[in-house]
Amino acid sequence: MMSKNDGEIRFGNPAELHGTKVQIPYLTTEKNSFKRMDDEDKQQETQSPTMSPLASPPSSPPHYQRVPLSHGYSKLRSSAEQMHPAPYEARQPLVQPEGSSSGGPGTKPLRHQASLIRSFSVERELQDNSSYPDEPWRITEEQREYYVNQFRSLQPDPSSFISGSVAKNFFTKSKLSIPELSYIWELSDADCDGALTLPEFCAAFHLIVARKNGYPLPEGLPPTLQPEYLQAAFPKPKWDCQLFDSYSESLPANQQPRDLNRMEKTSVKDMADLPVPTQDVTSDDKQATKSGLLPPPPALPPRPCPSQSEQVSEAELLPQLSRAPSQAVESSPAKKDVPYSQPPSKPIRRKFRPENQATENQEPSTAASGPASAATMKPHPTVQKQSSKQKKAIQTAIRKNKEANAVLARLNSELQQQLKEVHQERIALENQLEQLRPVTVL
Amino acid sequence: MAVCIAVIAKENYPLYIRSTPTENELKFHYMVHTSLDVVDEKISAMGKALVDQRELYLGLLYPTEDYKVYGYVTNSKVKFVMVVDSSNTALRDNEIRSMFRKLHNSYTDVMCNPFYNPGDRIQSRWALLPVSASSPGGPYFLCPIQSRWALLLCPIQSRAFDNMVTSMMIQVC
Repeated sequence: MMSKNDGEIRFGNPAELHGTKVQIPYLTTEKNSFKRMDDEDKQQETQSPTMSPLASPPSSPPHYQRVPLSHGYSKLRSSAEQMHPAPYEARQPLVQPEGSSSGGPGTKPLRHQASLIRSFSVERELQDNSSYPDEPWRITEEQREYYVNQFRSLQPDPSSFISGSVAKNFFTKSKLSIPELSYIWELSDADCDGALTLPEFCAAFHLIVARKNGYPLPEGLPPTLQPEYLQAAFPKPKWDCQLFDSYSESLPANQQPRDLNRMEKTSVKDMADLPVPTQDVTSDDKQATKSGLLPPPPALPPRPCPSQSEQVSEAELLPQLSRAPSQAVESSPAKKDVPYSQPPSKPIRRKFRPENQATENQEPSTAASGPASAATMKPHPTVQKQSSKQKKAIQTAIRKNKEANAVLARLNSELQQQLKEVHQERIALENQLEQLRPVTVL
Repeated sequence: MAVCIAVIAKENYPLYIRSTPTENELKFHYMVHTSLDVVDEKISAMGKALVDQRELYLGLLYPTEDYKVYGYVTNSKVKFVMVVDSSNTALRDNEIRSMFRKLHNSYTDVMCNPFYNPGDRIQSRWALLPVSASSPGGPYFLCPIQSRWALLLCPIQSRAFDNMVTSMMIQVC
């Protein structure tokens, strides 16, 4: 078994950064899967052991796993789709034992643990953006998609933000040192509010990925990682139609709470506007139904959060969405199964969707076929619209309340802290008073 | 421009201290330390009133022959101490206030970093304190009168804060 250090050393090797697929596994500290993966990857000379998709964010791109390093990164990009089924199949068995892998062979328990780690494992080619071979700070589409999925795993609402503590726990899994992580946070949290919006999160994730691959951290946030750039760079094609489907109703509602919360959200709205046109173009029926709701520009909510999924993935996602209601109740592993069949699965969205889609998704029965689900959606566009509006309102309210809750919780914690301090002061003062009293009495 | 800027925690141990490297830094460390008593005195004097009414900016703590020491306290009892060269007569109170305000903002940004644990030292790229480094206690700010040692297990590195302090030392903000 390789020691964890080996993997880390690998990551630090800059030589592997160029021209080859760089795999960046984020391993949770306690996971042996890292060791396991190192073993497997040794043969492949990969840096990052692929993680089983069992991890909470199963959505990470399948091709990241177990893709032999022999693939050139250009090949990776082109064959991303092709590779998806293979890795997923490979991961299928991993999915099964997720809940009960303890009895399995040595690798199995590791995989089980790896599932958690996998959430953080990313095979990335820092240079897999073929148009920008020398810009490691440019986020590729696949990377973006992965970041978005990870974001969703932490925060289902792409328009909202991740709190500092949640992000801290998540990024700590990357096994970078705390000073480095704090520096990355400092770079990526542009508005210094202690929370990460989706573009900020993508920037932070990308920096971590780069750092794991040996790139030194920049002095300042590169222009390609700026939140405004990220929001502008991945507008249309990346929007995940899923996002819009589920969030289309909440679009108008989202805007209001976002305005209250952060100014940055307005930029997200702009992003939302961009995706709308793309959705109209998408062939998915679901999108078609939703797109009708989306067109109003301001309605584009934060959802647009960089759903970078490609069109192919969108098609696949839609079926998943349709399946969502039927599978809404399913456990997470089940959800993972479904997504695995199709490359970019977004199980989290499923959870969210069931509420929306419960009534709208008339075709939950259409199992896993994307086109089938799409076809089934067609017959009920009108019904969907009617119920979607109701859903919209409900979801809007829900979202508003959630955001208000988050803000109030923060306030509460801060006030609690202040209260504690005041209490301490009071106690100190009372002690002083006690000490002085006998003197005065005399 | 400041010759020395220090951030003192509530328990009176330093979170961040940096001075212009040309001078004997020990002297500044000592000045900052002695100023803590003055700060406490000012806080307690105003403490009779409601904490809300207490102003954050404490003003001139005490002047020395060559330097003046200014103080600033936050609501969480974190103190900022700034040592300014007396020869710089053009420095006005308003400027000092604005400098403290910026310091406070930078400090708040450091606080917002979830990887920063309140009470950790704020690491500076340039804060190579020869005194601290050579002291047997390691990265400690050794002070005989200090009430508590600072266990700096994981100092956070905040370049933004550092840059802000650097700019203050170079020019008046």
